[in-house]
Amino acid sequence: MKRIAKTKTGIGGLDEITEGGLPANRPTLLCGGPGCGKTLLAVEFIVKGATLYNEPGVFMTFEEKAEELTENVASLGYDLDKLAEDKKLRLDYVQIDRTEIEETGEYDLDGLFIRLEHAIDSIRAKRVVLDTIENLFAGLTNQGILRAELRRLFQWLKSKGVTAIITGEKGDGTLTRHGLEEYVSDCVIMLDHRIISHVSTRIMRIVKYRGSVHGTNEYPFLIDEDGITVFPVTSLRLDKDVSNKRVSTGIPTLDLMFDGKGFFRGSSILVSGTSGTGKTSIAALFAAATCKRKERCLFIGLEESPKQIVRNMRSIGLDLDRHVKSKLLEFQAFRPGLQGLEMHLASIYKMVRKFKPQSVVLDPITGLVTVGSPREVNAMLLRLIDFMLSEGITLMMTALSSGSAEHFDENVSSLVDAWILVRDLESDGERNRAIYIMKSRGMEHSNEVREFLITSTGLHLVDVYRGTNGVLIGSARKAKMKEELASEKSPRRSANKVAKNIR
Amino acid sequence: MRIKLRKTFDNNMSREEKKWELRLYVAGKTPKSVTALTNLKKYCETHLQGLYRIEVVDLLTQPQLAEGDQIFAIPTLVRKVPEPIRKIIGDLSNEEKVLVGLDIRPVKQK
Repeated sequence: MKRIAKTKTGIGGLDEITEGGLPANRPTLLCGGPGCGKTLLAVEFIVKGATLYNEPGVFMTFEEKAEELTENVASLGYDLDKLAEDKKLRLDYVQIDRTEIEETGEYDLDGLFIRLEHAIDSIRAKRVVLDTIENLFAGLTNQGILRAELRRLFQWLKSKGVTAIITGEKGDGTLTRHGLEEYVSDCVIMLDHRIISHVSTRIMRIVKYRGSVHGTNEYPFLIDEDGITVFPVTSLRLDKDVSNKRVSTGIPTLDLMFDGKGFFRGSSILVSGTSGTGKTSIAALFAAATCKRKERCLFIGLEESPKQIVRNMRSIGLDLDRHVKSKLLEFQAFRPGLQGLEMHLASIYKMVRKFKPQSVVLDPITGLVTVGSPREVNAMLLRLIDFMLSEGITLMMTALSSGSAEHFDENVSSLVDAWILVRDLESDGERNRAIYIMKSRGMEHSNEVREFLITSTGLHLVDVYRGTNGVLIGSARKAKMKEELASEKSPRRSANKVAKNIR
Repeated sequence: MRIKLRKTFDNNMSREEKKWELRLYVAGKTPKSVTALTNLKKYCETHLQGLYRIEVVDLLTQPQLAEGDQIFAIPTLVRKVPEPIRKIIGDLSNEEKVLVGLDIRPVKQK
């Protein structure tokens, strides 16, 4: 099958969702409301073309003066003056001042064509941006001429062999106010800017891409000091490489429950449980185990500060400070409410790209529900898991389950590879912890409920006593074991051993 | 400069003191361009005899000049002097509109 030629935009993520960029040598319509980032995306298209792909570009603006535009994008580190000097860019501001123009009789837009052609030829441009050509409609009264000329312009652009972006203001119920989509029909990209739970989110969607497959979803994107990033890239397919290697959970007795070897490398693990069941401790031990293998671990705390975590873990005999000093462990802590979900995702993405960890801990994900609905958090986590998978990073997330959050757990749990549940069991006037594996894809795993002990020497898993009288846990288990030891007829010798060793 | 500005806005000034510098932008010898130039010459001869100068710029040979006067439509007539700059686009077929656009008071009123 012959595929249509594409021009890489160089904009992070956009080339992935368009499977290679914009249609080469054709115009693409970029539409959206005011302030949605059209101009910026268009500028980046030109700048990236000039700097990354050696494709000079012409930026024809009908809105902002060239100097204003140059100033506006300087904050992103784009030096348009320098590019213009190097003949990589040509800025042309087409001013249409209604007050000084009178119309009488027949005319055409040859002036515009000549200007554009002159600009293209002078730097041998391969890319062109017209931002926003719809302003012509405000400046000229003869719509009939204008429409015919626009049609001619877009045809001419094609024949000129340039890849063009035409921006257009979103209309009421239509893609663009003046129906530009009628003329530019090869590729249409829409940008939007929404406020969801008081947090603004920018969204991009490929409305149409003739002759090519493309992602059809709404993709959130960011504008920050690095320009536009369509974030993070959600792959369209499930075709990532997977590893058969295993990594320790950090708790030897828990490793045993996972077929004796622990998690798959690059898999995602959810640890959920009610308050105070030791989720953070499990996560911290996992982090420490990563560092012990001389690998890097990124610990993202959404509840406790790094200092709190380090101090608290000392109480179970775990020295995290050592790993922080050896730069194998990096803490990043922030409140979930600091920014929107997309920004969280973006910042995690950035941290990972910078620190290049082998393991990432997110503690706890339930905090994110304060920033978005469970559905949005789910979507975000899906992309996070996907990203980690593609990077081959083992991801451990903890989740607080209580009441309604149980439902949340279940939603997330379908996304993860392994799910460990820690529960409180109350009996005989004491509260004991029980741990079990809800699921672990692709490996044999224990189906047993274990008693889970948090001691000053670490975390330990002990077999619960299952007898004719049901499950015994805590002091009831100890009493029963003592009893059996006394009678020298212990059917659960191994459990005794473990219990002795740790107590 | 100050004198010039005062002249511009002084409507009571005698016509003899005014000089008209007009520039017509065309792109090749298209029918529209030819019509526009013919029309313009006719109006000037009628109303501005001896007081005007017409410069024709062909953008096909001098494309770099389009940017300076912000030309996008063809043909475009630009009144450079007197200031402020005025532009009329089209083949100038409507005499009244051209005169109003250029701020010329017709000689013979019918």
